[in-house]
Amino acid sequence: MAHDTTVQTAGHDEHHHESPVVFGFWVYLMTDCIIFGSLFAVFAVLRNQFNGGPTPHELFEFGGLGLETALLLVSSITYGFGMIAAHKNQISQVILWLGVTFLLGLGFVGLEVREFAHMIAEGAGPDRSAFLSAFFTLVSTHGLHVSCGLIWILTLMVQLMGTTEIPERMMNKLTCLSLFWHFLDIVWICVFSYVYLAGMI
Amino acid sequence: MDLRFLLRLPGGHDLMSTQTNSSGESHGSVSSYLIGFVLAVVLTVLSFLVVSTHSLSPMGTLAALSMLALVQVLVHLHYFLHMGGSSEQRWNNICFVFTVAFVTILIVGTVFIMTNTTMHMMSR
Repeated sequence: MAHDTTVQTAGHDEHHHESPVVFGFWVYLMTDCIIFGSLFAVFAVLRNQFNGGPTPHELFEFGGLGLETALLLVSSITYGFGMIAAHKNQISQVILWLGVTFLLGLGFVGLEVREFAHMIAEGAGPDRSAFLSAFFTLVSTHGLHVSCGLIWILTLMVQLMGTTEIPERMMNKLTCLSLFWHFLDIVWICVFSYVYLAGMI
Repeated sequence: MDLRFLLRLPGGHDLMSTQTNSSGESHGSVSSYLIGFVLAVVLTVLSFLVVSTHSLSPMGTLAALSMLALVQVLVHLHYFLHMGGSSEQRWNNICFVFTVAFVTILIVGTVFIMTNTTMHMMSR
């Protein structure tokens, strides 16, 4: 099936065409976008329902948020450098940049888990108020995506080790992960703007 | 046609390698990533400053945050996800526009209906 469509599109456009695999992954990302859209809608409705519990002013601080944002933003550009190396077929460079991206992503997830653990220990867990339920659902869904991305990065690093060139199939995997990783950074922009910063106004 | 089919099969990669830049011209360069990164950092810092300095009214701050977030999303889409108007990305763009419209209706509609319901039930 996949080959059939490839042949068709290749016949259509002589030079090159985006792989149907990458397009399929793009469609998945768009559906993921709808999931996040629903969670943002829920959060927007419940953001002031504190039930006498803690408010964003008491819970959030600029320091941790800034660090998390910085880690994710830097990891976006390091992945980009990895992609550039991949297009030049420099495999050791690709593995190096993927490793850096992995560590930055791991730092992000670590900070987030620490923040959640701290909040829950203080009695501000997801069961405290509607606002906190919506907050934990939205932010941990994003964190879960980042964690899946980390596993994916590791998998590709292992698959790249010991190879001497990057076949088209591998390139497609790297491109899909690139889209995924940058997409998560875009979701994080909305999270830190509308969930954290808007709550601290 | 047959030949091309063979070239596309998993085993035929070495044959393909001369024309293999196939995931598109649009994979960016070091400089385009750096430009995107600098823009993103500036916009992020501005967002943080707008909130931490309390220089605007609450509504003004929210409006400024929304603008900054929108611009930063566009910067990311252009410099990191390499979206553009080329014909090979046409279907990606169509999907994207549909999703943006869908999510906008979802969020605006939800907020509108729920605010209205709350007002009528006077449960504020």
